[in-house]
Amino acid sequence: MAIDMTQFYQVFFEESQEHLAAMESLLVAIDPAEPDSEDLNAIFRAAHSIKGSSATFGFSDLAEVTHVMENLLDRVRKNELPLTDSIVDACLKAGDVLRNLLGAHQGLETADHAAAEVVRERLEALMKGDGVSAAEPGDAEQADVGFIISFKLQCKADEHPRVLENLLVELRQHGRLVLEEAGSGGRHGKATRLRLCTEHDEISLRALLDFVVGSSLKMEGVKGKVGSLVQEEAYGFFDDVPAPSSDALEDPDGAYGLFELTPAMIPANAEPVGMEAEDGSFGLFDVSGLPAAEPDKPAASVHTDESAKRTMLSPDAGKAATAPRAAPGGESGSIRVSVDKVDQMINLVGELVITQAMLAQAASKVDPVVFESLLNSLGHLERNTRDLQESVMSVRMLPISTVFSRFPRVVRDLSQKLGKKVQLVMSGEHTELDKTLIERITDPLTHLIRNSLDHGIESPDKRVAAGKVEQGTVTLRAYHQSGNIVIEVGDDGGGLNRDKILGKARERGLIVHDNMSDQEVWMLIFEPGFSTADVVTDVSGRGVGMDVVRKNINALNGRIEIDSVLGVGTRVTVRLPLTLAILDGMSVGVGEEVYIIPLDYVVESLQPAESMLKSLAGAERVLQVRGEYLPLISLRHIFGVPGNDPPHASGIVIVVECDGMKAALFVEQILGQQQVVIKSLEANYRRVVGIAGATIMGDGHVALIVDASAVVSMARHSLPVAA
Amino acid sequence: MAKTVLTVDDSASIRQMVAFTLKGAGYDVLEAVDGQDGLEKASARSVDLVLTDQNMPRMDGISLIKNLRGMPSHKSTPILMLTTESSDDMKSQGRAAGATGWLVKPFDPQKLIEVVRKVIG
Repeated sequence: MAIDMTQFYQVFFEESQEHLAAMESLLVAIDPAEPDSEDLNAIFRAAHSIKGSSATFGFSDLAEVTHVMENLLDRVRKNELPLTDSIVDACLKAGDVLRNLLGAHQGLETADHAAAEVVRERLEALMKGDGVSAAEPGDAEQADVGFIISFKLQCKADEHPRVLENLLVELRQHGRLVLEEAGSGGRHGKATRLRLCTEHDEISLRALLDFVVGSSLKMEGVKGKVGSLVQEEAYGFFDDVPAPSSDALEDPDGAYGLFELTPAMIPANAEPVGMEAEDGSFGLFDVSGLPAAEPDKPAASVHTDESAKRTMLSPDAGKAATAPRAAPGGESGSIRVSVDKVDQMINLVGELVITQAMLAQAASKVDPVVFESLLNSLGHLERNTRDLQESVMSVRMLPISTVFSRFPRVVRDLSQKLGKKVQLVMSGEHTELDKTLIERITDPLTHLIRNSLDHGIESPDKRVAAGKVEQGTVTLRAYHQSGNIVIEVGDDGGGLNRDKILGKARERGLIVHDNMSDQEVWMLIFEPGFSTADVVTDVSGRGVGMDVVRKNINALNGRIEIDSVLGVGTRVTVRLPLTLAILDGMSVGVGEEVYIIPLDYVVESLQPAESMLKSLAGAERVLQVRGEYLPLISLRHIFGVPGNDPPHASGIVIVVECDGMKAALFVEQILGQQQVVIKSLEANYRRVVGIAGATIMGDGHVALIVDASAVVSMARHSLPVAA
Repeated sequence: MAKTVLTVDDSASIRQMVAFTLKGAGYDVLEAVDGQDGLEKASARSVDLVLTDQNMPRMDGISLIKNLRGMPSHKSTPILMLTTESSDDMKSQGRAAGATGWLVKPFDPQKLIEVVRKVIG
């Protein structure tokens, strides 16, 4: 039965990515001086798992890198090697390489085999750090091309060193040689593994080796550049460890055999009743009780020397791994579904919501007494639709930790590069957010973090001089606030310098004046003119690409704000809707038009009395509501709806709150409150300032969704007109 | 009645591959995500063969084997270690714990079927 392995690739890719992500976050968090053994084990296990699966599914490039990494980590977790920063760095780099290779296998990017080779060399050099191996790290660094040769000398254990040395002397005459693993002699001796940089091609090298060692040497694999190793690599052989299956029975390749069933029969010289596959790919300890077992005739094995692995045992691997750890995400209780399917479901539910609204609208015209049961059923339908919608939407929700998890690494790498000391404090990682938003918020957030590090946090000297602690802090916070998700990126760095920003803005030809509020000044750094900023101040360049950040956030119906205090720090706040698909809205009538005001912004609605209206200087009007004076904004004026507003006392005022500011929107009537499915205006028409999108109402008409914050700021800039 | 194989592995792709392969060969397959899960599943119902990975969170393969051997119902259930550790030391440990045999990862589906057939027919 031929089995198509490609069908398992997707799961493999996903699980490997999860392992890589887990490994990275553990590596970033780990303290090399006092590593937590639990964490070390988890890191090791991640490398181990990726290696196992990638070898099984034939991704030998991945298997090679993870194999070396696994060996290195194995030594570290067994305290044979101290964990150092360079090991952590190398493992992080290896993670990047693996991600690249994974991406390449998925056809998403180009594989960088050179980088893979470099990182593998680095890991190997680190593994040999304590001089246990005969190879010098320097050699390993140079030997980047050539052959990987592994073989087993079939000589007595005591003769082994001499025979091997002779052979190595011979080989060294033909190229630069790195002995990676000196084997050992005896029946179950370890394979010797070495790398040879030579001008010989494979055939002449093979001939050479055959000539030198004759029949006393078995060459397990000589192949290609130092790159495609694992599949060709033979497995290890042991003589220092007693073989579990008896000598008499075990195949020389030591790859598969049988044990006895009972622990009592462990002694290595027990009567041979087990069996082992010729190629060592499997073994049975006891075949006596099994059906059709033929101890002397192991299963025919076609795959010789391919499936086994090189020596890499961890004697206490088992024990170490028993430490309790959370199961990987309770996998048994979840399934993987493609995003397309979920999106289609959400789309359909969206249509269902519209249909339900249409039905409700149609039913509102019938006689409630005659059609009582129909109306009851429609009520149920409405509730069920809403529940269904909520559950479907929740499928798309992911914790923001999926984005946040990458930042410790970003901060670590960048602070190292910049020579700054920075700690990252994160909170609210479990805040949930629509998957689309998660994907699209990643880049802007990364940019903000980089900016904080690059331009916000000062160098240690400067910080000390300013009386601050040497280590800067970047905070990343996420939380829900009135239907939005708020993400804050803060730093305790130098803060923004108002004067310099104003100066820079003038230089760039932007319209500024000295009376601008701080908020307005800070917002200047989002102007495209600032994007190429060379130096504004020592906090300068905090403008590099900031216009792009704002554009991205705006495209998500989000808003961005900055607070900054010179010398104390800066905080950038990003507000995003929880989802891009549906919102709860209040439908209001202005003339013939219907507008939807997102309910999240609505504080209250009221019918204003004339006494509440106050005129300020000029034409500006404010409404006094519970002691607060709110600017009064006429939707009719803002959107240019024909006609004139009715007297204020006969209209309705909706008090909205956005960006920490309240305003009163004057409308003619409130039509209702409903959930609407957002249709992008931008995608279907073009972007209109003050309008966040459109929706189809129950009666089939299109209603525009008001972008409350834009309307409020529009009104602030054109108050004379609005009043 | 089809024989039941319990595959214990923390790697979803390996589990999927084992399950697909063995189901294709006419076995019923139960999956467990780690040793602990494997132990629970094996206690809950009877299985004809256990295939277990070595290195897993919560409970590793060796502990699983020991635990299973401590249960009257699994005293003689065949248990194969599915492992990348081809070393004799791991084999010794497995053997001491009471494993029936081992299968080296990476393995191909045919090999898996071959071994399973050999053990439980």
